[in-house]
Amino acid sequence: MIETHNLTFSYDSQKRFAFPNLRCADDDTLLILGQSGRGKTTLLHLLALLLTPESGNILVNGTDLSQLTGADTVGFRAKNIGIVYQRPHFVHALNVLDNLLLANYLARLKPDRTRARQLAERLGFADYLTKKTTRLSLGEQQRVGIARALMNRARVLLADEPTSNLDDENCDRVMDLLAQQAHEVEASLVIVTHDQRLKNRVAQQISL
Amino acid sequence: MALGVTIISLLLILNKQLSEQFTKNVRGVDLVIGAKGSPLQLILSSIYQIDAPTGNISLAEATRLTRNPLIKDAIPLALGDNFKGYRIVGTNAKYLTHYGAKVGQGRVFSQALDAVVGAKVARLTGLKPGDQFAGSHGLDAGGDEHGDKKYRVVGILENSNSVADQLILTPVESVWAIHGEEGGAATTPRVSMPMMIAPEEPDKNSGPETGPTDDPGQEITALLVKVRSPLAKLTLPRAINENSKLQAASPAIEINRLFTLLGFGIDTLQYIALAIIIISGISVFVSLYNSLKERRYEMALMLSMGATRAKLFLLLLLEGLMISLIGFAAGILLSRLGLGILGRNVEDNFHYDLNALTLLPEEGWLLVGTVLIGLLAAALPSLGIYRINISQTLADE
Repeated sequence: MIETHNLTFSYDSQKRFAFPNLRCADDDTLLILGQSGRGKTTLLHLLALLLTPESGNILVNGTDLSQLTGADTVGFRAKNIGIVYQRPHFVHALNVLDNLLLANYLARLKPDRTRARQLAERLGFADYLTKKTTRLSLGEQQRVGIARALMNRARVLLADEPTSNLDDENCDRVMDLLAQQAHEVEASLVIVTHDQRLKNRVAQQISL
Repeated sequence: MALGVTIISLLLILNKQLSEQFTKNVRGVDLVIGAKGSPLQLILSSIYQIDAPTGNISLAEATRLTRNPLIKDAIPLALGDNFKGYRIVGTNAKYLTHYGAKVGQGRVFSQALDAVVGAKVARLTGLKPGDQFAGSHGLDAGGDEHGDKKYRVVGILENSNSVADQLILTPVESVWAIHGEEGGAATTPRVSMPMMIAPEEPDKNSGPETGPTDDPGQEITALLVKVRSPLAKLTLPRAINENSKLQAASPAIEINRLFTLLGFGIDTLQYIALAIIIISGISVFVSLYNSLKERRYEMALMLSMGATRAKLFLLLLLEGLMISLIGFAAGILLSRLGLGILGRNVEDNFHYDLNALTLLPEEGWLLVGTVLIGLLAAALPSLGIYRINISQTLADE
């Protein structure tokens, strides 16, 4: 469950964003559509606590994030928010499994190998766990990225253009996976995209 | 980084080993008396057995000199022959006691042509008590053999870690006997061909066993002298050098001189090696800086996943630490390897052993220095972690 009130943000005096209020309940999906330059990524980073809003507030599961201190923010994000990036990036020195466990480690949780294996099996890359991430195809990398976002059973899943680099078939698969996995942990799924293909899949939509 | 460590560590060991070997062999010898010439050469040839002797001195004159009350003890040396490159040294039993060499097998020489073989010589040539061998002329293998008179091995020395290990010791009488057959050393043309007899106890000037001393043609190469008082170390050489045809040289002074000369070279090399270490520190700096640039995204990613900046900073610092530790280990390994090769070379040429598998205390400091440079080189670029804008870095990609 995530909701925002009167969020604004500015990089400088020229570029100022005011975002509409949004609300996404547990086990629900929200699609944020917008063309480039409308602040999609900015909004996502605000939701992910990577940027601090100029004004307004964000509530995740009833916690007002503007009340958190810097160190608390880092911990809160690590435990409650899973981010799927447009292009999945990994720590290259580590193999797939360790990249997944890294999410646990950095959130100061116990490394959950069982969960990593389960996710890998469900997302179909169980055979690649000991491989280096650079050896995987883009689609496989995307799935590992999703698995990583799910490692800590986040309450909110944020996806930044998860499908823009994918063909129609993979686009459908990734969307299915995201929806399915979010449903499994009853997380709120917020997708930011300009990909018009997703329009028909998600009921709840906001345009920037 | 490894290279700099190698050079410095190699220099440290060499310096230490050389000075150790040199001081060990010099102990107890206050003066060396020999023919006029280079004092350093006299010291090198008669104490360390690594240079050609300066020439011969008349035994009579040497004997007269040793009557000087300032001289406590004198050991005669007669050089000039070798067996397979190992020097045959005519001397007396005091030489053995002086170097603390103990006879391991057999006994000490008692008559002419008896030979006691140093531990290393025995090991490398396979000489055993009872064996006979012929010495050959000169100090290097391959000279004319004295085939008609053979030495008989009567004893093998235990390892004493001194110059005695690489020598074949025999009474001076043997050298005299061998060269007497050939017409006496006085007629031998080469400078390094002394030979003859020295008195068993030159300072006592007695005993019929020193009979041959009267022969005017008899010569020895040098006398190793102990004096009675420290003052004599200063006065005696002056007296000898000014008033006789002989030369007296002080090992301490000559070796100091040698090390001052060598030390200059060693210092210069050490500066060069230090420069190499610093340069490698800079290259670590540059490569870490570049890799941090490449890994900005990785770092931002880890930050977004909950890593603290301090943690990542430590991570990169650890990387620098590991690079410098690996560099240090590789350097030490290389230097030991180099020393092994160098040691073999030196052994072939001078019969000197170089070995040190232990870490020198100075190398501890070298480790500290290397690690500091590595950490510093890692810390500077790693501070960039604190400047990463997570949002911007993630959005850029």
